[in-house]
Amino acid sequence: MGKTLSEKILSQKSGTDARAGDMVIAAVDWVFVQDTTGTLTIRQFRESKKTGLASPERTVIFVDHAVPSPNRQFSNDHHFLRQFARETGCLFFEPGSGICHQLVAEKLASPGEVIVGADSHTVTAGGLGAFATGMGSSDVAVVFALGKTWFRVPESFKISLTGRFQKFVSSKDLILHLIGTIGADGATYKALEFVGDAVSHMAISQRLTVANMAVEAGAKVGVFPSDHVTKEFLRKQGRGRNYVALHPDDDATYEQTIAIDISKLEPMVAMPHSVDNVAPVQTLAGAKIDQVFIGTCTNGRLEDIAIAAKILEGKKCHPNVRLIVAPASRKVLLDAIKAGYVEILVNAGAILVPPGCAACLGVHQGALGDNEVCLSTANRNFKGRMGNPEALIYLASPATAAASAITGEITDPRGLVK
Amino acid sequence: MIFTVMKGRAHKFGDGISTDHIVPGKYAHLRSNLPELAKHVMEDADPTFLSRVRPGDFLVAGKNFGLGSSREHAAVVIKMVGISAILAKSVARIFFRNAINQGLPVLICDTDMINDGDEIEVDLAAGTITNLTSGIKLTFGKIPEVMLNIMKEGGLIPYINKYGDFKL
Ligand code: SF4
Repeated sequence: MGKTLSEKILSQKSGTDARAGDMVIAAVDWVFVQDTTGTLTIRQFRESKKTGLASPERTVIFVDHAVPSPNRQFSNDHHFLRQFARETGCLFFEPGSGICHQLVAEKLASPGEVIVGADSHTVTAGGLGAFATGMGSSDVAVVFALGKTWFRVPESFKISLTGRFQKFVSSKDLILHLIGTIGADGATYKALEFVGDAVSHMAISQRLTVANMAVEAGAKVGVFPSDHVTKEFLRKQGRGRNYVALHPDDDATYEQTIAIDISKLEPMVAMPHSVDNVAPVQTLAGAKIDQVFIGTCTNGRLEDIAIAAKILEGKKCHPNVRLIVAPASRKVLLDAIKAGYVEILVNAGAILVPPGCAACLGVHQGALGDNEVCLSTANRNFKGRMGNPEALIYLASPATAAASAITGEITDPRGLVK
Repeated sequence: MIFTVMKGRAHKFGDGISTDHIVPGKYAHLRSNLPELAKHVMEDADPTFLSRVRPGDFLVAGKNFGLGSSREHAAVVIKMVGISAILAKSVARIFFRNAINQGLPVLICDTDMINDGDEIEVDLAAGTITNLTSGIKLTFGKIPEVMLNIMKEGGLIPYINKYGDFKL
């Protein structure tokens, strides 16, 4: 009987005939931490009797969540992580390099790999056909030490995509729609597998956005097949030789199938305080906002900044709105400068902050005031997420965010731009 | 050892308690100072929790407890303030592993049968939860064997230190 993508990858990496429900021990190709999970991971690692890293050249530390450091505690944590990297010879990405998941996609991940990170949005690399998932510090510490971990092979939901997006509708709207349909725990412990003829027309940036938010439905992974689009992406990043074609078998077993005609989708918003509290932008049109945040591992890529620049070109942000833009990586920032997007956005009134997580997690660079409302391109709108439980967070696409920055209220980009 | 009978009071929460409720992201600078971080446990869900919790108590929740970030600090601080087990209708995947890896039992059961302040008794070996206040007995879902073994050793690091590797 055929296999899903997850079954194929875990079979390969565990050396067994892995089927949904099996417990396997799989080799891990990349393991990483970031600056808010790294210190606990290293402490756990040091509590273990294992002395060295299983594979320093495949162990990575990213400093991305609070960059440049906003206070002495973070500065000390960053120093601690840097020291560990020097001692062990593992890879280290300094502040300003970018968000861990973006860097994993740009520089490390390949189809068919198993990737484990001490960050829940490790799932992002599923957009490149990797079995990538977030774990806590103890699990990651053990991967540091052993280069492997245990998995329960997940059952998969087949998300079958057909059609093409309408103008100003993007994969963010697709994943918000899906999470709104199945709920924030709708895929707990499962794999979301995205297939169908629409996939081959989706750029890697769009796939990464979808895979990124798989965890918002509780999923262990959100995984795409690897195809000519993947191949071209890897070639451009100088990793063409890492390409392997990867598709699920036609007779693979799925727990359920959800078919979505993406041409029928419209711009969507997740309302406070839950990612599955989803409605079409139109139904919320006119709601006042104080801040717009464009960035994060969900929507801080060049394509996202491009659409925002297109919408904001020659326009100004509404006087009551702060627009914060955070490119997902140094490469994204450089490419956005070269393409002229940065100039357009800054002219429109945007505050450009360095590559990193920025306002997403509420520690700096755009924490919200009491009763303030933010429209964000991030993946989470939990109470307190952006530093204040008295604030409200709406999630939407970069197009909706840019249109709303102009009007000062939640706005359907299709109505604003012709 | 955690397989003895545990007794304590219930602190009841609703559905969808995220890791941002448990340890708000705004305290990320305290993550290398766990005793300080623990002073903010559950702050965004119930600011009075810390003053009411006593060692041995149970944290009781609805659906999808612990969703969100992978920060194991969430499980660590819950354990640090003395919670002996989490009882919930369902638990998010990463949090589930993290709690077990910290040696903190997570029991899936019908928490509608438990009210805030109820006296609860949990017998892990027998697989039963008794609400001593109402007299109602509950059962809980089976914990996968690999996780049970990790829990028995008091967490993943002690487990690996004992066996040197995973034993499935
Ligand atoms: S951008 Fe936000 S969601 Fe993504 S890794 Fe950073 S803090 Fe997490």
